[in-house]
Amino acid sequence: MVERPMDERAILRTELRWVIVVAIAVLIIVGSIVISSAAVVLHPPSSVERIDPTTLHVSGEFVEDNLGAVQNRDGSVTVRLVATQFAFVPNCIVVPADRPVTFRITSPDVIHGLLIVGTNVNTMVMPGYVSEVRTTFPRTGEHLMPCHEFCGLGHSEMWSRVRVVEPAAWQPDENGRVSCETPARSPVEEAPEETPQ
Amino acid sequence: MKQRAEPLILAHLWVAFVAFAIASVMGAAQMLSRSPLTAPAEGPEAYFISVTAHGTLMAYVLPTLFVMGFGYFVATTALARPLPGLRAAWLGFWLALVGTLLAALAVVTGRATVLYTFYPPLTGSALYYLGLVLVVVGSWIWIVLMILAMREWKYENPGRPVPLAMFATVANAVMWLWTTAGVAVELLFQVIPAALGWKDTIDVGLSRTLFSWTLHAIVYFWLIPAYIAFYTMLPQAAGGRLYSDTMGRIVFILFLLYSLPVGMHHLFMDPGHGTGFKFLQMMLTSLVTVPTLLTIFTIAASLEIAGRLRGGKGLFGWIAALPWHRPMVLAAGLSFVMLGLGGFGGLVNMGYGMNAMVHNTSWVTAHFHLIFGGSVVIMYFAIAYEIWPKLTGRRAVGTGAMRVQLWTWFIGVLVTTLPWHALGLGGQPRRVATFDFSEPQIAWWAPWILVSTVGGALMLASALLFIWNLVGFHRGPATGERHMTYALAVHPPMHLPRALNGFALWNWLVLFLMVVAYGYPIAQFFFVDGPPALIQRVTEAG
Repeated sequence: MVERPMDERAILRTELRWVIVVAIAVLIIVGSIVISSAAVVLHPPSSVERIDPTTLHVSGEFVEDNLGAVQNRDGSVTVRLVATQFAFVPNCIVVPADRPVTFRITSPDVIHGLLIVGTNVNTMVMPGYVSEVRTTFPRTGEHLMPCHEFCGLGHSEMWSRVRVVEPAAWQPDENGRVSCETPARSPVEEAPEETPQ
Repeated sequence: MKQRAEPLILAHLWVAFVAFAIASVMGAAQMLSRSPLTAPAEGPEAYFISVTAHGTLMAYVLPTLFVMGFGYFVATTALARPLPGLRAAWLGFWLALVGTLLAALAVVTGRATVLYTFYPPLTGSALYYLGLVLVVVGSWIWIVLMILAMREWKYENPGRPVPLAMFATVANAVMWLWTTAGVAVELLFQVIPAALGWKDTIDVGLSRTLFSWTLHAIVYFWLIPAYIAFYTMLPQAAGGRLYSDTMGRIVFILFLLYSLPVGMHHLFMDPGHGTGFKFLQMMLTSLVTVPTLLTIFTIAASLEIAGRLRGGKGLFGWIAALPWHRPMVLAAGLSFVMLGLGGFGGLVNMGYGMNAMVHNTSWVTAHFHLIFGGSVVIMYFAIAYEIWPKLTGRRAVGTGAMRVQLWTWFIGVLVTTLPWHALGLGGQPRRVATFDFSEPQIAWWAPWILVSTVGGALMLASALLFIWNLVGFHRGPATGERHMTYALAVHPPMHLPRALNGFALWNWLVLFLMVVAYGYPIAQFFFVDGPPALIQRVTEAG
């Protein structure tokens, strides 16, 4: 090019060229996010379901007897949890690998958060709302499940566990439930644990 | 510059940087608490008081007072006219200072251990929130004075383009007014009535949504001084010219537009909103990358002009030819590196689906310490080094200590935050006081945490050296040279369309975007009847 590089029009031209590069970069970023959320149905937990936090323990879905892992008629599993200062109830859960698992969780007191280490199970837990997260655990092993939102001075102690067992080892009792206290019904449960990465 | 604005500016900047130094000590102590080592004051109460104070000082006091002081500096130097309403400006300063002290009193006495993001239904002492409201009200006075200063200048200089530094400052002031609306409504109508005992319940979904309104745009409020330095100080310090003044204006307008209707990306993991508005705000969030990507080109081109004027040859030779010994040039170079790394991490955060991997883990802490603590605060240092001689009429003995300080900060930020990214992906939650490293699943975190703790110590050392360097200016040889020169564009604009010389049109557009992005998400809490949560007061120490 023989034109003077600092000519006003030349400057404008270089900038317009760069704007096109920026537009392409943004389209690639947005495109990959849109395609991944549409194709893999990857959505954040967004159930928008209200519940009265003051009556959780008295009636409804989150009374103590109804908490923990339960098998549904279609073979899927629902885990109901209450996050409270400063523990998850129950604080240990057993779920089968390779089966759809739905977590339903709420709080009677303040905001908590739930994160299953080594997975992308992650949601805020808010008093007045039910959070729902769906997942499938592909491998057996034990995961830590810390509370990830500040909920008071005892927050740092609020850790629980999720144990993923072979589907055959996951034997519901007469009420369709499995808990960490349920005696192991199969030696397969002693599967080697993995280190979450 | 008019003599009398200087004490005002110095007062703002000193409060900002003293707050910064105190909060830096706390940050380093928190890292010790989370590490396998022993912290000076171990235990959850000390830790969470410290986190609340650190966040409050770093996120509210440091940037607000810095932006206000720097704004007064720009208004008096770039417009070359006295500040309108100097008394009002002092009133704003005292409100902000008294507010800071009241809030600090509530925090250190353990009566407001709610973290700087509040987390209702946890409710601390009303003193804490009222103190913060005073800081914001002080900054509202600043907003009015910035708008007035620009308006009066335009009246005196009809048809002339407002100098870019002032245009950008007013863009930030206007944006800050929009930004504070969310948290102001949350505090005045929800949290403070609860803290005063007038209300016993609160809708957490609404309070989180209002806070999200503020929570992302506030980041751009922190960031814009760095961009003002990139556009109007860096080309001058490098010995060149600004490639394009018009692109600068467009960038600051884009920040005003796109930093606001995006806050719900902080609520991706919230059960209080459906996927529709989360998706919409994710799309808008992706547009916030545009002003930064545009800036990279314009600033690189401006630096190339400087490098070639200094004899740099070849495709990259101009980079080596830049005056890297000047603090402003060095800081900008280091800032761009951190902006690049932090921006990449930010793309993961805004990923509507990917966010679940990192939400509320150390990854997020790493991200904003890299972007704000790193690329923005290093520019606060550079700006301070640039303007302190103009404010005091004295120069530093040398720039060696400044370069050491900037490099230590850069290395400290990287050593702190790179391990945090890895730990976050490994599931380490934020805001936890101590970990049980005897648990085999998390034992591998310990060495990484130790590495980041070393980075924290480096950052603390750098912070203290920064204060030392500032004090050095006050003791340096007097020069009497107070004139501030901003970078000239290659083609300084002669006339501009009104849209590039004011904000009336853009405010309407912001209003439109906010109604679209936040109209329904806020309104739903008023027509979907839901039982609120009970207030939980944490006003007692212990």
